Amino acid sequence: MAHSVRRDAPELPDFSLLKRLARDQLIYLLEQLPGRKDLFIEADLMSPLDRIANVITLKQHDVDKLYKVEYKPIVSTSDQLCFLIRPRIKTVKWICDVVNTDKAFGRFRRYKIIFSPQKFYACENLLEEQGIFGDVTTDEWSFYLLPLDDDIISLELPEFFRDNFLEGDQRWVRTAGSALHLLHSVYGPFSKVYGIGRCSKMAYESWREQVEEGEQRARQAEIGNVFLIDRDVDLVTPLCSQVVYEGLVDDIFRIKCGCVEFGPDVTSSDKSIKVMLNSQDKVFNEIRNEHFSQVFGFLSQKARNLQTAYDKRSGMDIKQMKTFVSEELKGLKQEHRLLSLHIGASESMMKKKTKQDFQELLKTEHSLLEGFEIRECISYIEEHINRQVSMVESMRLLCLLSLTENGLLPKDYRSLKAQFLQSYGIDHLLTFSNLKQLGLLVEQQPGETLTVMESRVGKLVNDKTAGKLTDAFSSLSKKSNFRALGRRLNLVPKSDEEYDLRVPRDMAYIFSGAYIPLSCKLIEQVLERDGWTGLEEVTRMLNGHEFAVTGSNGSDARVKTDSQRIILVMFLGGCTFSEISALRFLGREKGLKFIVVTTAITNSARLLESMLDNHA
Amino acid sequence: MAFITANWNPLGEAFYRKIELYEMGWSLRDGLKECLVAAAPYGGPIALLRQPQRPSSSARPQLEIYSSSGVNMASFPWKSGPVRQLGWTVCDDLLCIQEDGTVLIYDLFGAFKRHFSMGNEVVQNQVLEAKVFHSPYGTGVAIVTGASRFTLATNIDDLKLRRLPEVPGLQGAPSCWAVLTQDRQTKVLLANGADLYILDNTSCTPVTPPGLSPQACSIVNMAVSFSYKYLALFTDSGHLWMGSANFKDKLSEVDTKVRTPPKQMVWCRRPKSQQPSVVIMWDRLLLVAGECTDTIQYTLDEESVCVAELDGVRIVGGSRHELLQEVPSACQDIFKIASMAPGALLLEAHKEYEKSSQKADEYLREIKEQSVLGEAVRQCVEAAGYEHEPETQKTLLRAASFGKCFLSNYPPEPFVSMCRDLKVLNSVRDYTVGIPLTHTQYKQMTVQVLIDRLVYRKLYPLAIEICRYLKTPEYQGVSRVLKHWACCKVQQKEEPDESIAHAVSVKLGEAAGISYSEIAARAYECGRTELAIKLLEFEPRSGEQVPLLLKMKRSQLALSKAIESGDTDLVYTVVTYLKNEMNRGDFFMTLRNQPVALSLYRQFCKHQEQDTLKDLFNQDDDHQELGNFYVKASYKEKKLEARLSLLQSAVDEYNKARNEFAAKATEEEMKLLRFQRRLDEEKGEALLGLSLQETLHALLTSNFHKQAEQLYRDFRVPDKRYWWLKLTALAEKDDWEEMEKFAKSKKSPIGYLPFVEVCVKQHNKYEAKKYVSKVTPEQKVKAHLAIGDLEGAAEAAIERRSEGEISTVLSRCSPTTDRALLERLNRARSTAAKK
Repeated sequence: MAHSVRRDAPELPDFSLLKRLARDQLIYLLEQLPGRKDLFIEADLMSPLDRIANVITLKQHDVDKLYKVEYKPIVSTSDQLCFLIRPRIKTVKWICDVVNTDKAFGRFRRYKIIFSPQKFYACENLLEEQGIFGDVTTDEWSFYLLPLDDDIISLELPEFFRDNFLEGDQRWVRTAGSALHLLHSVYGPFSKVYGIGRCSKMAYESWREQVEEGEQRARQAEIGNVFLIDRDVDLVTPLCSQVVYEGLVDDIFRIKCGCVEFGPDVTSSDKSIKVMLNSQDKVFNEIRNEHFSQVFGFLSQKARNLQTAYDKRSGMDIKQMKTFVSEELKGLKQEHRLLSLHIGASESMMKKKTKQDFQELLKTEHSLLEGFEIRECISYIEEHINRQVSMVESMRLLCLLSLTENGLLPKDYRSLKAQFLQSYGIDHLLTFSNLKQLGLLVEQQPGETLTVMESRVGKLVNDKTAGKLTDAFSSLSKKSNFRALGRRLNLVPKSDEEYDLRVPRDMAYIFSGAYIPLSCKLIEQVLERDGWTGLEEVTRMLNGHEFAVTGSNGSDARVKTDSQRIILVMFLGGCTFSEISALRFLGREKGLKFIVVTTAITNSARLLESMLDNHA
Repeated sequence: MAFITANWNPLGEAFYRKIELYEMGWSLRDGLKECLVAAAPYGGPIALLRQPQRPSSSARPQLEIYSSSGVNMASFPWKSGPVRQLGWTVCDDLLCIQEDGTVLIYDLFGAFKRHFSMGNEVVQNQVLEAKVFHSPYGTGVAIVTGASRFTLATNIDDLKLRRLPEVPGLQGAPSCWAVLTQDRQTKVLLANGADLYILDNTSCTPVTPPGLSPQACSIVNMAVSFSYKYLALFTDSGHLWMGSANFKDKLSEVDTKVRTPPKQMVWCRRPKSQQPSVVIMWDRLLLVAGECTDTIQYTLDEESVCVAELDGVRIVGGSRHELLQEVPSACQDIFKIASMAPGALLLEAHKEYEKSSQKADEYLREIKEQSVLGEAVRQCVEAAGYEHEPETQKTLLRAASFGKCFLSNYPPEPFVSMCRDLKVLNSVRDYTVGIPLTHTQYKQMTVQVLIDRLVYRKLYPLAIEICRYLKTPEYQGVSRVLKHWACCKVQQKEEPDESIAHAVSVKLGEAAGISYSEIAARAYECGRTELAIKLLEFEPRSGEQVPLLLKMKRSQLALSKAIESGDTDLVYTVVTYLKNEMNRGDFFMTLRNQPVALSLYRQFCKHQEQDTLKDLFNQDDDHQELGNFYVKASYKEKKLEARLSLLQSAVDEYNKARNEFAAKATEEEMKLLRFQRRLDEEKGEALLGLSLQETLHALLTSNFHKQAEQLYRDFRVPDKRYWWLKLTALAEKDDWEEMEKFAKSKKSPIGYLPFVEVCVKQHNKYEAKKYVSKVTPEQKVKAHLAIGDLEGAAEAAIERRSEGEISTVLSRCSPTTDRALLERLNRARSTAAKK
């Protein structure tokens, strides 16, 4: 609302084409099993499927009944069963059980498994091992990309983060490469590709390979540059509390596949309402990127405007009234409905978030980011654990502490962990093991205190030797180097100045002016410098794996066509709504348009829950 | 040009011509006498199996393979069993059907490829006769055994033997038989005396040809046309019956007046033929019979063999190779004496033009007046295609080109493509190549197949030239030929690996769509593993490298290639392969060096084979992971004893991993579990499995203060936490008395504000007030506010002279009710600010 939109911002490409492609392929696949059939859908494919083809479409193509995959014996009476699943061992195993049960009862059915977005050899292997490879037909529904909004595309693969970064299982990398390939073949060719992170590099290579295998067509590019980034390059940002409206809604109500369910406390009625949150919702579109403190004011202003629009009626004659009713009233009513919903949501969030606790929580977070009053922060976290405030929240603070401080002191590490275990159960021992492996929560190695020294010394001595030193140290272990990065990239603005959230001056506004997200800052810097030159020390601290490749038609990048100013950012391992808001802000400032492709929308809770290994 | 018609013979409406294709390059002492001969259609190769001069046990028959022009391609003594029949497959492979039913397959150069058998039953009964036939399904073999039973294999590349039903009354071999392909089914038509039967998969049906003259008492020969549409029968009365192969129509019947059974009988037709005709061969006589009663007779001066073609019959003799065919109508129109067809006039016009005679104009005018110039050009172009002599072709094409000049919008394609086709045809008809294809055959067989045939003959340069000349897409053309060349090259045993690999990479370097893995596979088949590996290095797609590497048992290399490719499916393929191939220890060692594969396998084990996972960790001495493994296993265990023992294992592993923290935590968990069990047994509480905190909470709310106290000490629960716990537990129970006691027991490590807050939370302001006084001065304001005591808060804030706190209190005051307070606070604030 307060932002001045640069008028020359380019138009975004039309991504609904991706949906059409996916739908057509699905229908084709369903028709491969002619006749009436029951369809079993993997639980986490249901919402994405809903975006692509609704129940009516499915029924039109001979789908009789729809079931959710629940890993239980089935009750279907149909002679043909179709399974629409992710390529997971567990699900395939369940299907094997279903088929083998049928066999034991002498029941003959036809089975078809549609893997989305691709099948894995492991799955086929399992079918073979279970002796049903000949009984089922398998297919792939290459539904890689789900456009959640005009500028957000999701792969809807939340397990990407854990599989890839924790388990070292790279099976999804190729999927990411294929997704990129799809975008390239529909909206490319890209002029330049930048990236950072091991996984990004592999995804890039996988994509290049697919490009080389396939045929190439010359076409008008709709997307200019591409930036690939691994989630583990920046783990701090997703662990911060989100305070931008869309992010906050996600943190509190959990947006699922672009859709949120508002409970009775928001709707002020006795039932919940599901609402699509995207740019179609005019009210939401205007507040999604705003800092939460600004939202209420905006909403009340909006309510007043709406009232004025309604009030116009009073002075109208019949004719005017007629046009009003036919043209404006519907829009006003719609807007009214949405407005009341968002006001309800804001109120509900206010109740939760303006409390003392939340303010203190934010204060602690900001202190951690600034590296200020760390002891107080630790005792705050301790108290958090002792009082058994939400487990995930405690873990989040612990991880933030470790990430920003380059690990915990051994004494703190032990005592906090012991308290955590006592408080939330011993089974989190495994969770801690995971967190350690990923570098989210680690102990400071005795030698590592040196790096703190070194970075201080480095400033005094000339930069070159410092560079060499860092080089030697960064190979030691996985560590975040957050402080040094913060200084170099100016991520944490000086706290003594007042930050006017109404007129954001940089991307830090998404965290109340306390922190510019590292991921977005990297993107900004690389785009500005047209590569990684000058960022050598930064990439060293981020463990390298950066690249910048000029594509087939990027030779004449000086001609800034519209498509050149459309940047596709691909987050491997998920991104948060806050980061998307920050990129939108950056886009407005620089006259660019960002398209965010992510393996899934994430936030602190989702990220940490994926790390849990307790028995639940 | 009258001489062109010199070799034309009229038969009814049509003419037949016999043209010489080659003078045979072979030198056969006795011609084709005493030889088993097989010549493949479409100008294919010729195989001869020459019986030894004097039948003796030591002398071996000689197998020889020649091109159509008689150039020797292979020759070797036959060392296997007696051969009944020779035949060629569609891929130019030679089939030798032995008496015992074994079929041996050789390539064009006499290299043995493989063999198969026509069934066990045949071994006993022997093959009496055999036939090789071609159908849309490929090349097939049919035999009849000594037991008078027929066996069919429709496609030798996908061998399925079908034994046909018995034929009633048949003894020994039938008098004649043929294989028919009708309605997508392969059948056998046979004659036993005068009776005709059709044998299909399930039944034997007697049939009668409509209108077969009654004089005949036996059918002695039969022929099925190239397209399986027509059938000809020759009876012992010397009658030739022609009709459709489905026995619905009769075309004609001719009395040949020769009663001896013919040696060979073949159809001589062409697409759009004017009349059906059959060529019958006896020892010294060749006879063409058609619809009319007349026949054409040629005398044969040597032993010959007829080869049926799509558009005629080739006659291969000891010294000559000829083509007998019906003269195509385009040629007839142009060359028939005194023809006034447009093409003939145009040819005449062009001839006059060459002579610079003005008659050219007259002829042209004549054609133009009838406005048939287009037709004339078309005729000339078409006729050129049917002519074998390049000179005649040229004359016709020049005439066509000449005529074209007078046409404004005649499409150039037919002319251009005919020129191209003829250039290709003439080059393959060359004596050294020896593929006498006609234009009709060439169109039917397609360029692709022609290239294949050239490749089979190892005529790579010519094949590549043709591909380039015809601008065949690389993938189907040049690259394909090069691949074949390379596959052949790797079989050259005498050359060292290095030079072959180099030669291959140099030649194939820039060609598109080359699959090096196929070439490598061939090299491996020839036992040249090292060469195969070298060649695989050139393969850009790892997906193609890996399966072959596995086949060659280079599993380590396969694994690293798979990992390089980044395709986890591929890695997984190798891993499963290795798992089955190697012993466990080696397998684990291999994985250990490949972290990507290892994590992939771990993922798999997590879902599928928990125990293997354990072994894996054991192998690596990864005690940390082993500990985690036991902890995880303990969740799933219902029985406490088993659970404890699992946890004990975990403790041991953690100790080995020097992870004291985890070891201690696990030990504590065990202690807790035991404690919980004891309490559950004693007091009937359901505590088992709760966390320490939950246990404490449960104990406190159930008034087991002593036990809680014990846990608190045993587990060294931090004071702060214990206080928080007890406080909330007491408040939840509304046990205010106990709480007061607790507060007074000693100085609270968490201060007293929590007391206030907890009470307020339970809506007990009365109790809350009791603790306000105990709160430290810094938190006083908060405490007062918590119980809603504004005045107290104001008091405290003013006392502390803290501007911030005063503001906090101010914000809570409402201007209507607390006016006095407001004023006081404002005043205090201004004084505080002054300081």
